[in-house]
Amino acid sequence: MFSFCADPSVLPDWQWMACYLTTGSHFALYRSVLVVLLLLALAAPLALGMGFLGALAVRSGNPLLKGIGTIYVSMVRGVPDIIFFLFVPFAIDQGVEYLRHKILCPDWDQPIRQGNDFIVCQAAKMPLATDPAWVHNVWGFALALIAFALVFGAFAANTLNGAMNAVPRTQIETAEAYGMTPGQSFRRVLLPQMWVYALPGLSNLWMILTKATPLLFLLGIQDVVFWARELGGQKTGHYAYTHPDWRVWYFLGVLAFYLTLTWVSQKIFDRIMARLNHGQATSGGEALRKAPA
Amino acid sequence: MSSCGESFSGLILRALGRDFGDRLLPRGLEINFCDQVFLIASGLIWNVYFAILALFFGFFLATAVALGKASPSRWLSRPADWFVFLFRGSPLFVQFFFVYEALVLLPRTGIEIGPITMDTQWMTRAWAGALFVLFLNTSAYTAEIFFGALKSIPKGDMEAADAYGLTGWSKFRRITFPTMLRLAWPSYTNEAIFLLHATTLVFFSAFPAWQQMGDALYYANYFAAQTFNPFVAYPLVGLYFIVLTLAVIGLFGAVNRRLNRHLPRAARARLRFRPQYIR
Repeated sequence: MFSFCADPSVLPDWQWMACYLTTGSHFALYRSVLVVLLLLALAAPLALGMGFLGALAVRSGNPLLKGIGTIYVSMVRGVPDIIFFLFVPFAIDQGVEYLRHKILCPDWDQPIRQGNDFIVCQAAKMPLATDPAWVHNVWGFALALIAFALVFGAFAANTLNGAMNAVPRTQIETAEAYGMTPGQSFRRVLLPQMWVYALPGLSNLWMILTKATPLLFLLGIQDVVFWARELGGQKTGHYAYTHPDWRVWYFLGVLAFYLTLTWVSQKIFDRIMARLNHGQATSGGEALRKAPA
Repeated sequence: MSSCGESFSGLILRALGRDFGDRLLPRGLEINFCDQVFLIASGLIWNVYFAILALFFGFFLATAVALGKASPSRWLSRPADWFVFLFRGSPLFVQFFFVYEALVLLPRTGIEIGPITMDTQWMTRAWAGALFVLFLNTSAYTAEIFFGALKSIPKGDMEAADAYGLTGWSKFRRITFPTMLRLAWPSYTNEAIFLLHATTLVFFSAFPAWQQMGDALYYANYFAAQTFNPFVAYPLVGLYFIVLTLAVIGLFGAVNRRLNRHLPRAARARLRFRPQYIR
């Protein structure tokens, strides 16, 4: 990176540090921070969408839809989320390969499960063995994203359903009295009002989501935890930059990163809540009204 | 291939170590359904061990931290705030890694305290190190719950205590603490369930499963990797956890009824599992 980095073994302390922190693998660490943020940025809206569908299903008049929604929402309560993170990508991967195998290789006569092997034809592999590395990375990331959206969608469905129930019943009755159809009263009255009730739950959900992101490491994605382990381990003479076991310092850094992330999120949510409370007939709105200007 | 009876006797206590069952775990094609049922069940020993001990010790530290947070002295409330922020603001997974790496750095020969040398090796093992992290983690979450409850004790209750001349320890023991516990109990139940679920992280973080002594999810993951079939082991471990969760709800529900027994029926707090409002 810097011009003076040619021979690290003779550098004084601070220059050594500057060179050390700008090696290629350290840039991979910094990029992995972006991977975490990207997952958060994609998983949050997806989970919210799943949650919205889930909440609608739970409230639906159709018994089948209601049953599916209820099972989906209650599924994640009794079971640790990490089981889903391990199970869902594994299952989807095999499911997709199974389907592709059925479509792409119809004349294959051997069974797919042979003992403990899961054998599909070469053309059905997902991604293909010939695909470049980035396809493998994107596929792995997409599987992780689906797992996150599924689990946090169920949490969000719970929150949104609660928020929809919390909107005062009289509001809906008034809408009906004005002759609105159920769809209209949902869109015009329920939907705009539910957010203030949903926000505490959703902000909490965001916090849980943030703190679940290191589990990406378990899914084989090179995230912050992966690089902290990789870079922190003892480096002996084979490496340009030798150092003893520094993993504890790297994890201290990761810890600081997550603490900052949750702290900043908390500040932002406090602001949004103050905004949403403005003029609402809730105790929060009342407190804002009474507060000295 | 072994019969179900052999699987049961060989594996049901295997999580405690090699001396308590088969030396080697079933591998590859010799794995049958009974193996999966019993070995995963035996892993639950560790989940229950971590959950019970961390909750038990955490309860006392949490009470102390909650009181510290509520204390008017900054010297008490600031450290308590920081403790809660540190453990609630960062992922448990990263906490495991951090503490493990810190414990590994302790001198292998032990720490000399005066004439005695304290052995440090055992601290890096999951049963001690992971328990320590879980204990601190649940203390922080529980402290926040207890603090919230402490703040919402009805003013009238405290005034009544003053009117009866209760002060200091007897006021705390008879009025403040029971009321705090009663108000906090539904949330505390959720925390207990979350902690139980969090115990599955132990053997996936830094702590190695020594002699393949692992928890339920460790074994489920082992089977899924060995048989290349996730559709048996993971649903099984999920089922076990649903049963355990129901057991926790039943147990804490009984305590909740006892804490609320003096109240008129309509005013009693009902236990509802609302996971998203806690972590």
